[in-house]
Amino acid sequence: MRVTRTSQAAKIAAILGAGVLVVLIIAPWWAGRADMRLMGELFLYLALASLWNLMAGYAGLVSVGQQAYVGFGGYMLFALTIFAGFPPIVAIAGAGVLGALISVPVALLIFRLRGAYFAIGTWVIAEVFRLSFAQISALGGGSGSSLPVKIVRSMADGRLAREALSYWLALGIAFCVIAAVYMFLRSRQGLALTAIRDNELAASSLGIDIWWTKFIVYVAASALTAMIGALIFLQKLRISPDAAFSVNDWTAFVIFIVVIGGIGTIEGPIIGTLIFFALRETLADLGTVYLMVLGVVAILIMLRAPKGIWGLVRARFDLQLFPLGYRVVSDKVKGD
Amino acid sequence: MSPILQLRGLSKSFGAVVVADKLSYEMQSGEALGIIGPNGAGKTTMFNLITGTLTPDKGDVIFLSKDVTKYSAARRCRLGMARSFQVPQPFSGMTVFENAMIAATQAAGLSGWVAEDSCLKVLEQTNLLDKANVLAGSLNLLDRKRLELTRALCAKPKLLMLDEIAGGLTESECISLVHTIKDIHAQGVSVIWIEHVVHALMAVVDRLIVIDFGKKIAEGPPKEIMASSEVQEIYLGIEVDG
Repeated sequence: MRVTRTSQAAKIAAILGAGVLVVLIIAPWWAGRADMRLMGELFLYLALASLWNLMAGYAGLVSVGQQAYVGFGGYMLFALTIFAGFPPIVAIAGAGVLGALISVPVALLIFRLRGAYFAIGTWVIAEVFRLSFAQISALGGGSGSSLPVKIVRSMADGRLAREALSYWLALGIAFCVIAAVYMFLRSRQGLALTAIRDNELAASSLGIDIWWTKFIVYVAASALTAMIGALIFLQKLRISPDAAFSVNDWTAFVIFIVVIGGIGTIEGPIIGTLIFFALRETLADLGTVYLMVLGVVAILIMLRAPKGIWGLVRARFDLQLFPLGYRVVSDKVKGD
Repeated sequence: MSPILQLRGLSKSFGAVVVADKLSYEMQSGEALGIIGPNGAGKTTMFNLITGTLTPDKGDVIFLSKDVTKYSAARRCRLGMARSFQVPQPFSGMTVFENAMIAATQAAGLSGWVAEDSCLKVLEQTNLLDKANVLAGSLNLLDRKRLELTRALCAKPKLLMLDEIAGGLTESECISLVHTIKDIHAQGVSVIWIEHVVHALMAVVDRLIVIDFGKKIAEGPPKEIMASSEVQEIYLGIEVDG
């Protein structure tokens, strides 16, 4: 009798995943500039979606205000490089630290709210962030500012090298976020989080501190979201309150990705991001019709497959590429 | 021996309804205590007050010589109390084994293969091993009750609190349940057990407490208590003349 936490499918997926990762790492030598930009953006959305999925799908923290941290991180990149003279890479890490710090008082405030009120609360906080940054004239006030050429040039010599670096940073953060989410969910804390999702009464009676577990998830997700925000605006080179705290760009699309891919699974946001970018690239010429198509797709998936596309796959093939659970292997055990 | 649990004047009411009325008693370490009383008497409420799911309006809960009245349910559990719920509360989306692992890792603080081993042993003891990989949400009521006992045991408690786990069992299952609880008790675990299946209770406990309308009505050796006229009248609903 033994207990296993892996499967044949997961081992094959890990090998294939490592192969894909190598191909992606050497992309600057085989992909065009436009493709690399697109992939860089895709990785950043993948990272945002994985974090939102951890919060909403596992911790039950349905936030519609994560743009608060995307924008905050972006502004911290500008502030730390322009005023403190930090190199951009250090400023990205700094944005993460500051994002964690600012999320603590925010959490103390909004964790008093439950369910729908929590969601509304997060949106209100994001608006407060937007209005506050619009007041800071040193950062361009309501009209925003650009990253000085000197700072951009300090990253690497030449445009190609800079674009390759920013591509690798995006790939790196997406990889790290997914790896961190996976490791966290397999840990003792992750087991506690899954228990909370299923039954809060039983979880608290079995020694799990619900508030504290959710708090850790919220602060960690916020810090990483701020780092992603810093990267997003390092690619854009320009920031304004409306772009930085856009609910459409940084929350609505992210929710779309997670919902169609499959909420509450690590695989879901990956599938969702691929589908979102496929739709966007094929339908972008249609203008507003593109957004209507996204809406119809989201509604159809919610009605036909509430657990998303990965939910369908998992139900049919019992497949898990990122196994989180435990399986008892024994001739005494049924149900395999 | 020092008392493991003391209740001092625990009171709780919801509006005008009094669900716990100045409950006071002591339980010695290693004791097995039975709780009986009619439906709605406040037995489960008393459990909720002891474990911290509910906060009392008045009174204190002393556990292992510590005043735990202000502690959260989670903290009290980590100190060493584990309960089963009368209405089963499984983690429906997780397998039976994972349910057990929650208790072993979070409540008992075990990790790695030690936790896994401990869960497998308990599952064997509670006859759930063959369903270890089944989702808890797809179990029938009887197996859900077994899962409640499993989780409570995997928490490795000093005080095991059981809330009506014998109801609905067949005679042979009931006998094996009594054996399991006697085993746990023999290992030095204190047991407090709410049960309507009186013969199962009588086989295990050293002392009985009768509760009605949130009040302690009687307390003493099981046989004496069951024979007393108040219990016959209040609990069994038999009219006693004179």
